[in-house]
Amino acid sequence: MSKAILYDATICIGCKLCEKGCAERNKLPYDDNVAAEQTMSAHKLTFVMISGDKFMRRLCMNCEDPTCASVCPVGALRKTASGPVIYEESRCIGCRYCMLACPFGVPKYEWGKVLPRVRKCDMCADRVAAGRPTACAEICPTGATKFGDRDELMAEAKDRIAKAPNQYVNRIYGLEEVGGTSVLLLSSVGFERFGFNSPTEPLPILTYRVLSHVPDIVSLGGVLLGGIWWITNRRTEVAAAEGQAKEPGGKEPNRKERRQK
Amino acid sequence: MNLPKLTFWKAVMVVVFLGGAYATLLRFTRGLGAATHLSDSFPWGLWIGFDVLCGVMMAAGGFTLTATVYIFNIERFRPIIRPTVLTAFLGYVLVVVALLFDLGRPYRIWHPLVMWNPRSVMFEVAWCVTLYTAVLALEFAPIVFERLRLEKALRIQRAISIPLVILGVLLSTLHQSSLGSLYLIVPGKLHPLWYSPLLPVFFFLSAISVGLAMTIFESYMSSKAFGKQLELPLLITLGRVLLVSLLVYGVLRLQDLYHRGALRYLRHPGYEADLFLVEVVLGLALPIALLLNRRVRESTGGLYFAAVLVLLGFITNRLNVSITGMEASAGLHYVPKWTEIAVTGSIVAAGFAIFGLAAKYLPIFPEGPLAPAPREVDHLPAMKRYEFGSGG
Repeated sequence: MSKAILYDATICIGCKLCEKGCAERNKLPYDDNVAAEQTMSAHKLTFVMISGDKFMRRLCMNCEDPTCASVCPVGALRKTASGPVIYEESRCIGCRYCMLACPFGVPKYEWGKVLPRVRKCDMCADRVAAGRPTACAEICPTGATKFGDRDELMAEAKDRIAKAPNQYVNRIYGLEEVGGTSVLLLSSVGFERFGFNSPTEPLPILTYRVLSHVPDIVSLGGVLLGGIWWITNRRTEVAAAEGQAKEPGGKEPNRKERRQK
Repeated sequence: MNLPKLTFWKAVMVVVFLGGAYATLLRFTRGLGAATHLSDSFPWGLWIGFDVLCGVMMAAGGFTLTATVYIFNIERFRPIIRPTVLTAFLGYVLVVVALLFDLGRPYRIWHPLVMWNPRSVMFEVAWCVTLYTAVLALEFAPIVFERLRLEKALRIQRAISIPLVILGVLLSTLHQSSLGSLYLIVPGKLHPLWYSPLLPVFFFLSAISVGLAMTIFESYMSSKAFGKQLELPLLITLGRVLLVSLLVYGVLRLQDLYHRGALRYLRHPGYEADLFLVEVVLGLALPIALLLNRRVRESTGGLYFAAVLVLLGFITNRLNVSITGMEASAGLHYVPKWTEIAVTGSIVAAGFAIFGLAAKYLPIFPEGPLAPAPREVDHLPAMKRYEFGSGG
């Protein structure tokens, strides 16, 4: 069963305990200065975005068809069946294509280190595997961040909107965006206000459409080039043979001799 | 007259290499954060935009010319095949060197070869670049074999030369276009003047143009540096093909901008529109106008000038795709740090230096002066008069 996080901004009080819980789980320092940072980074994998009197959590969306996993040349990023998109540090070569490609700007880099890692929220994969909720959901005092089965959370989100339609914009962010995500968001104002702007189509299809032609290009191109060589080479061979035949005692050059010239 | 010039360039090289050495030290002892202006918002900079994208692009002469000579059997281009293959081989080796600087974990550069992800464009590029570098090494090998008089190795190389060339052309087609495909995944980030579903086609077609321009450029430079007389009739033909390839690219690019409704972005004043115009004027408008003129097309200086414009124009194009077009979505202006420029400068300088050494010690150029083929010599005297920029 695929797990997910449901974040309901209308219940959030902006206490930032989720940030603290996340930092503890990931063994990252957390103090007032870090709490004040309004951005994700290698030392802050989630933050509560404050826009006027509105809140919105930012964290890895743990996409169903993750762009980061599709672009990674070594498969260091991977979607697990239970939901989390995990990062295997020992494979990573540090090309940072995941950072370029992620539509949510999630993967961050340890720029200050000589041997850096990519850092991102992995939806507490180890805890989820052990049947526990994510650290952010466990610590949340109001239930704004809730952990559970994706299907059940989806139904619950729909239910919440249906029961109080004037409290919410009629949209569950993450239901269809980039093919669906394991983090579902509810808000009372448009998601554009928090910088969310993603197509419903999963992005990996954009590169796969081209990559899927590679075997065709290789087989067709190989035959075509080989064929052209065969025709032009035969033409030169014939011309060479005719030229030699006119000279008395001239012998027909074989292919090897001609190429050696 | 030549001596002081050489000393000047040597002095420049020493300065560049010293800067590069210090930058290298910084890069590998302090990390990417200290040695570059890259950031979480802007993870790819000069080393990817110039060293990798432009480096691979400018090494494209290798596959176009080997295809011309070996596949299409157009024998008269054979004399310039060696310097061109050398340029390509050097280009790819230097791209790999640049990657060792840019990768966060350079000692894992081999990982894509064993840890597969066939859905990744980067994975495909890694494989193609590795294989093609090997192909170029084998295509270049006869030059070394000849020098060392290894007859048996030469025979083996000749036996596999045709399949090798075909493999090289296929690999080049794939990864030249794939460098464009890398950016297909960022429809929301790359400026619409450059984001197009046709990016792979544009990267491939422009690589052909640049490969031709590079061959003209490097023949001219060799003639200046090593006194090897220029193969003018050959270069004139290359100039014609270059003109056609630029026209095809230009028309396709215009069609694409028109059909995507992206031309309207040219009316927004801003540095994106400006740099787009720089790219189009340098890489397309000016060289096309020049090459359409017969006097220019059939003079050494004219061809050289047009080729340099094409190179500058398409270098701008690659930097626009990788840097200019990505800045607005990142919300910042990326200006490379001096260390990044020093490393890039050293890599370029190393390219020139190694080419010079190879030309000195290996049989790169045919023996003796290269006389122009007699059948094209008719209209050559007339051309001489219209040479410009070649007087030195």
